Amino acid sequence: MSHLFEIENLAVAFDTQRGKLQAVRGISLNISEGESIGVVGESGSGKTVLSRASMGLLRGKRVSRTGSVRLNGTEMLTLSDSEVRELWGTQIAMIFQDPMTALNPVRRIGSQFAESLVKRLGMSKDDAATRTLELLGQVRLPEPEKVIKKFPHQLSGGMRQRVMIAMAIACSPKLLFADEPTTALDVTVQAQVLDLLADLRKSLNMAMVIVTHDLGVVAGFTDRIAVMYGGEIVELATTKDLFANTKMPYTGALMESIPRLDRKRGDRLEAIGGAPPDPTLDRTSCGFAPRCKFAQDKCRNEHPELVDAGNGHLYRCFYPLGVK
Amino acid sequence: MAGSGKAHLRNSGSEVLRVDDLVIEYKSSGGEKVQAVSGISLDILAGETLSVVGESGCGKSTLAKGILQLVGIASGSVALNGTDLTKLGSNDLRQARPQMQMIFQDSISSLDPHMKVKQIVEQPLKVWNRGTEAERSQKVNDLLTSVGLDPAVVAERKPSEFSGGQCQRISIARALALEPKLLVCDEPVSSLDVSIQAQILNILQDMKTRYGLSLLFISHDLSVVRAISDRIVVMYLGKICEVARPDALSESPRHHYTHALVSSVPIPDPTATKKRAVLQGEPPSPTNPPSGCRFRTRCPAATELCATEEPQLREMGGGDFVACHHPRA
Repeated sequence: MSHLFEIENLAVAFDTQRGKLQAVRGISLNISEGESIGVVGESGSGKTVLSRASMGLLRGKRVSRTGSVRLNGTEMLTLSDSEVRELWGTQIAMIFQDPMTALNPVRRIGSQFAESLVKRLGMSKDDAATRTLELLGQVRLPEPEKVIKKFPHQLSGGMRQRVMIAMAIACSPKLLFADEPTTALDVTVQAQVLDLLADLRKSLNMAMVIVTHDLGVVAGFTDRIAVMYGGEIVELATTKDLFANTKMPYTGALMESIPRLDRKRGDRLEAIGGAPPDPTLDRTSCGFAPRCKFAQDKCRNEHPELVDAGNGHLYRCFYPLGVK
Repeated sequence: MAGSGKAHLRNSGSEVLRVDDLVIEYKSSGGEKVQAVSGISLDILAGETLSVVGESGCGKSTLAKGILQLVGIASGSVALNGTDLTKLGSNDLRQARPQMQMIFQDSISSLDPHMKVKQIVEQPLKVWNRGTEAERSQKVNDLLTSVGLDPAVVAERKPSEFSGGQCQRISIARALALEPKLLVCDEPVSSLDVSIQAQILNILQDMKTRYGLSLLFISHDLSVVRAISDRIVVMYLGKICEVARPDALSESPRHHYTHALVSSVPIPDPTATKKRAVLQGEPPSPTNPPSGCRFRTRCPAATELCATEEPQLREMGGGDFVACHHPRA
């Protein structure tokens, strides 16, 4: 079966003063049409670099990208700037955590919105203006005719994120990357935006990758979840299976460290001690071993490969949870 | 919701902090007055953690600044250990400041980048001329150790060499140097990863026991607040909606706004079958707040009464209070 989007052994490294910073280390991930995938990890786990590299961004001189990223069979990594720009918007789109910096602060919403429709779809200015109002209505912005006359700073964070979502879906992309789309929003607004994204995904049959640090955000929202740690996928499973049969001690520790409203109040939260591995070093052991309660000698001396538990549930651990 | 009243004050006589009818106003560029905090009363007992939750713009950070006398107060009083801070002259107020310290959301920018860690933590002691140099240096070592940092490793380094979580540990050590009675924490973990967040929350709990602190904890995150508080105050548009014990608040919120907040929190469990009461719209502008109950424009249970009469906080049993004409069962 061919997939909409195929990431194969993708590695991304940056030249820095401290040496080669290996942000993403050999990631493979397939995304089918209409599928919703969560990529979960802490700061520095490489989740944002993964999504940007997948978009065909990160094209600078100091970045080295190896492996393959294919959209409907087209290799993204070797495309020229202008070729990859053709795919943005129409095939693949992205929304960011901070919609304020993603919007042009000195142009009114209506004019910056219509520009993308005119440039990308060749619409006339009048058609673009009408379509803008339609799209802003589709993301449930109240009074779109007022919104188009405003500057970004006159909108709240939630409204700005809705504008970004409307821009992202303007040319009906097949795949939407959402990088921490609700992290900057209040919890009630977050719930509104997540509901909106779920509805749009269904009505547009769009595949979606949600990159987040919040397991709670992806739990009710995705078909599959990839957990990242130190630039690698350490666990990949269907959302149900990941929570019901957690294999990777890191995933387990992450779940335990979250204060939860639906659980009894304990005296202490289960913190994960220590810090993530140095991204400039080669990996000769399990990256999580120094922080892992279950680590043994083998974990400190050998780097574990991804193992399939049999049902497509992948994990990167010598001594997985729940297996004697 | 969003009512006034003092039914929830305990009048125990041993409060560390007591705030009465605090009003804080800002002037907008048009000369209009905006009440960020409109008549809030609260008290914190010795050794207690009181949390204030609410969304952006509800006035929770302004409340914290007002309590610490960092912004001007329009009316009301703030009593720390029985002394009304709003009546003190600048010198007396300065003398009172060591008793109340603060830690901030952005720990990295709250530390001077040019100073070494040991200088940062020692600074308050130097300013107040506490102890000899040797005593101060011993105290700095103790403080760093108590927040889980090794003085031998960190003392000579500068903030830029540390992660967000480590910087938050340093700022906790600095805040505790003068042995305050009240520690005000404004979103201390919201920029940290969950694994690190748990470490910092645990340290705050430990420090509270160890130094007999009272904590005022400001946060937008109900799950964090529930894990560490003795009592929670929910704010909306400058007023209090509900005051309750953590379990009561998350299990049976009385106020419709609290209910919406609680049910909006995403649960990390795909099998959870929670019905979400998603709030529509966004909070109204504080320059022109709704009459009566300030939440009525978004409230599913609002009636005419809510538009005409402002609800007062009243006891619902068990030490839980709600300001609502039609509370949830």
